Amino acid sequence: MADHVDMTKGLPSNPEKATLEGRNKFLGFWIFLSGETIMFATFFGAFLGLREGTAGGPTAEELFQLPLVFIMTMLLLTSSLTSVLAMYAMKRNNFKAMMIWMSTTVLLGLAFLGLEIYEFVEYVHHGLGYTTSAFGSSFYTLVGLHGAHVVFGLAWISTLLIRYAKSGITLTNAPKFYVASLYWHFIDVVWVFIFTVVYLMGIGGA
Amino acid sequence: MADYSAIIKEKKDKSVLMDWLTTVDHKKLGVMYLIAGTLFFLKAGLMAVFMRIQLMFPESNFLDGQTYNEFITMHGTIMLFLAATPLLFAFMNYIIPLQIGARDVAFPFVNALGFWIFFFGGLLLSVSWFFGGAPDAGWTAYVPLSAGDYGHLGMDFYVIGLQISGIGTLISAINFIVTIVNMRAPGMTMMRMPLFCWTSLVTSLLIVFAFTPLAAGLALLMLDRLFGAQFFSPDSGGNAVLWQHIFWIFGHPEVYILVLPAFGIISEVIPAFSRKRLFGYTAMVFATLIIAFLGFMVWVHHMFTVGIGPVTNSVFAIATMAIGIPTGIKIFNWLFTMWGGKLTFNTAMLCASSFVPTFVLGGVTGVMLSMVPVDYLYHDTYFVVAHFHYIIVGGIVLGLLAGLYYWYPKMFGHHLNEKLGMLMFWMFYIGFHMTFFVQHILGLIGMPRRVYTYLEGQGMDTMNLISSIGAFLMSAGIIVLVINIVYSALKSERVVVSDPWDARTLEWSTPTPIPEYNFAQVPQVRSLDPLFYEKIHGDGKMKPAEPLSDIHMPNGSILPFIIGIGMFVWGFGMIMLNMENAIITPYAVIIPGFLLTFGSMLVRSIKEDHGYHITVEELKKLEKEVS
Amino acid sequence: MMNKHTFMMRLLPLSFILLLLSGCGEERLTALDPYGPQAEWILDNLILSLYVMAVVIIVVFALYFIAVVKFRRKPGDNEYPKQVEGSKALELTWTIIPLFLLAILAVPTITGTYYFADTTPQAAGSSGEGEGEGVSINVTGHQYWWQFDYEDGFTSGNEVYIPVGEKVEFTLTAEDVIHSFWVPALGGKIDAIPGIENQLWLEADEPGIYKGKCAELCGPSHALMDFKVVALERDEYNSWVETMASEPAEPEENTTASEGRQVFEDQGCIGCHAVGGQGTAQGPTLTNFADRETIAGVVEYNEENLEAWIRDPQSFKQGNNMQAYPDMEDQDMDALLEYLASLEVEQPALGRQVETDGSDRIEEPQNE
Repeated sequence: MADHVDMTKGLPSNPEKATLEGRNKFLGFWIFLSGETIMFATFFGAFLGLREGTAGGPTAEELFQLPLVFIMTMLLLTSSLTSVLAMYAMKRNNFKAMMIWMSTTVLLGLAFLGLEIYEFVEYVHHGLGYTTSAFGSSFYTLVGLHGAHVVFGLAWISTLLIRYAKSGITLTNAPKFYVASLYWHFIDVVWVFIFTVVYLMGIGGA
Repeated sequence: MADYSAIIKEKKDKSVLMDWLTTVDHKKLGVMYLIAGTLFFLKAGLMAVFMRIQLMFPESNFLDGQTYNEFITMHGTIMLFLAATPLLFAFMNYIIPLQIGARDVAFPFVNALGFWIFFFGGLLLSVSWFFGGAPDAGWTAYVPLSAGDYGHLGMDFYVIGLQISGIGTLISAINFIVTIVNMRAPGMTMMRMPLFCWTSLVTSLLIVFAFTPLAAGLALLMLDRLFGAQFFSPDSGGNAVLWQHIFWIFGHPEVYILVLPAFGIISEVIPAFSRKRLFGYTAMVFATLIIAFLGFMVWVHHMFTVGIGPVTNSVFAIATMAIGIPTGIKIFNWLFTMWGGKLTFNTAMLCASSFVPTFVLGGVTGVMLSMVPVDYLYHDTYFVVAHFHYIIVGGIVLGLLAGLYYWYPKMFGHHLNEKLGMLMFWMFYIGFHMTFFVQHILGLIGMPRRVYTYLEGQGMDTMNLISSIGAFLMSAGIIVLVINIVYSALKSERVVVSDPWDARTLEWSTPTPIPEYNFAQVPQVRSLDPLFYEKIHGDGKMKPAEPLSDIHMPNGSILPFIIGIGMFVWGFGMIMLNMENAIITPYAVIIPGFLLTFGSMLVRSIKEDHGYHITVEELKKLEKEVS
Repeated sequence: MMNKHTFMMRLLPLSFILLLLSGCGEERLTALDPYGPQAEWILDNLILSLYVMAVVIIVVFALYFIAVVKFRRKPGDNEYPKQVEGSKALELTWTIIPLFLLAILAVPTITGTYYFADTTPQAAGSSGEGEGEGVSINVTGHQYWWQFDYEDGFTSGNEVYIPVGEKVEFTLTAEDVIHSFWVPALGGKIDAIPGIENQLWLEADEPGIYKGKCAELCGPSHALMDFKVVALERDEYNSWVETMASEPAEPEENTTASEGRQVFEDQGCIGCHAVGGQGTAQGPTLTNFADRETIAGVVEYNEENLEAWIRDPQSFKQGNNMQAYPDMEDQDMDALLEYLASLEVEQPALGRQVETDGSDRIEEPQNE
């Protein structure tokens, strides 16, 4: 059962899937993400069911500013692109490029997070607290949960960057980087849905 | 000299404890699930006995309404989440790798982690008794009764305990899926897998898709209770029915999560003791998949009386009826497996075969319940209580008992006593029908469920008495089982052969007791029922698929246990946010728990653990000992 | 009403159940003895489904027992039987036949769902016997009592009066947690949910008292949240409505009852219990309190129990919201009881006819 990977010609072209352990991690993580998708779907469902329930408090039309959210979206989309470039570098066994692209991803993620915190503070100033209305609760819960995922993703990637700062690409850490970048894409896709369902539909009144 | 041996003994004792706390071996974890599940089962069963004592006579004062509500809630919650699930996980953990010819599960560390998180989550739920009372809003925890304004502190234990134990269940399920998909022995194609592996795979998928909505729902309820969110308060734009949708999107698949592995066990035991292959294997696999798929399309049938409207109700009624078809396919395939076989009726087979007609009785009431207008009568009455106990006790518990008697010799190296087994079966089976059959009628004559008492003169007295006596008989049956376990451990003859039942699947090709690495050489699978195939077409032994070589084994780790404790502490701290006069500030508990949990994860992530190897020489020595 | 044939058909599988029921009180409860078109529809289709399911059960049990008896392994027999893979023909058979059986049940399920969903109150009810224009009643569930608001502007607590032979529409909601409104002998149930309005119709074929229950767990005293539906002939119903709607007469000056009225106001009872148009409906309305046979739906009405209730309501219904008055002066208590006993509206003849033996009431406090 144990895979013996032929390393005589250097790292294989798909180092993340070369070992059984790597393949297990890969499949397991996809299943985990499908579960996460269902969980987010539930929060989306709750938000869609409750977004009219403003109970006299501020509504989506009154609060949301498209330019800000647009910048946040762009930041996150770009960070996803840089993580793709990092994986591309990994497959060419270019460790330095991978580290640079991954670090860029982290920086872009941090910028996104900063704007999100600014956004929440603004909304609270405009009278939408967490307990103001069902709309407020479900908005902060959905978007906040996404934010928590961003935090976790940043912590995860940063840990990998520090832990493997000097190790080069190996059969052990390749699946770890790969899975982390997969997670980052997932966060990005969820944000695209949040952007559409929460912000565009909120402003457009659809 | 004496001192010296005492020291050795002490050291050895300690290492045994540490061995079990740090193990990542799927077989040991299976046994741990079995023990934990049994303890929770006995606890929740005892609560049921107390409830039946209260309902034995009208207007009884044995329990008051509040205590009774705490008992129904804990009985349901424990039985489903902390008894049935781990008991099934026990067999899944122990048997799946053996049946597919693997040395362990895909992620041994995650397997241990799943167990400890589940265990400490369950423990957190259980300590609620010492902090002002257990949860009391029913296992379904409908809002607003369970929400901030009306629910007691017990509900916080429910919300957080279940969230924690749910994480454990979820990661274990992911582990099973990856194991079954990636770790099968050469030649073990999907359509050669034993049905128990199939149903376990489907159950694990259901867990991934059903426990996540539950996690979301519990999170909403937690935010409502601890942080004043307004999801369920109509005055602030919330909606009380939202919880019911989320809960039942989880709750209905949960029934199949539990019953499918039981179907799997039955599909192993009946062929083994009919000496005949499973009739219609392909149909059985597809029926399982269809049941799982439809299981997600029917949740509204728990909510017919919520007032969703005739269109929705009709659609969900038809979808519900449709589940009857694949279930029927399974029933008839089991019957035709027995038909033309050579049946041996030991305890395992008695439990497995009597499952078939019993489950049909639960199934037909299920179809009756799907008739929307008639459900307006059945809904939330004892008719429903009778229905789902026929499914859960008549289905899942009989399946578990069959599995226990069947796999016991492989797991523990000796048989359970057959005479005591028969006694247990008949007491349990007769008691079961006495308890639950009359409850159908009680529901129709006007007894709602979850009532702590009923008034005299409504025609309910006799049937409640019968039901209670039946419950005592059932409990006596379970006591006989416990006696049997102890008696057999002491007196029963050791099993030394690998295949005591003349069975058909791969787990019976391993030596008893099973070495840590399961298979010295991974077997080559040539057919469905591979061992049986080799008995007919070969020499009765599995052919190896690889030369004898070093075996890579994972190291044990204490981290799963510590993460479990961390989550317990963290969760308890969260509950303290709602306690009125906590001794210390909740954050003094939350933060250490949080740090313990994530710190351990960080350690695991940073410290690379490559495991160890059993060399060929050691392997040869070990194999000689075994044979 | 149903004809004799269908009645016998019903009786057949249920005869043994009816035997068990012969000891019942006069208040009608069981769904197996229906008194309205909805309950009759339910029972008819319940029995239809029983017959269909009997087919399945008989086939499975027959196959099972034949197999168990016929195909035993003989001791010492180590041969394997013929290994059969399966049979496409058989698989098709047990896929298609159940489909037909389910179709038999699916048709009434859908027609019935729509029949039950049309809640418009009707002049002459679906049995065609009523004379009035139908009635609409708003129902609010509370922990642990039922509030019934009539179109004529008055409120009744725990007892709802309806005219016989007319389709009555109930619009339900809840004040606190979810409750479920269920009168088994008249029809199906529906949930009363805070923030949501649900509709249900019921119709009684005969005058009488029909027992209702809360079917959704709503707290410690969920089991004790009973109510009654009193069905009256239309003219009796009209006169009941008239009395309820008119403002009740104040007790005569300088009587014990008038002192009681003072106590009722001074102690703040009226803050929760309305009498006529005065006060709020935080607790059950007491306009026709003395007409009731039970206190709080489950305790037998007499002075002793009423005093015990006022002094310690929790001992009867755990978790209810009424304030306890353990220290009320005996004199005040007597006056209050006298006043409460005076709260009658003209009791229609029928309500008295249906006597109960009182055995279905809680006589002792539940928990001390």
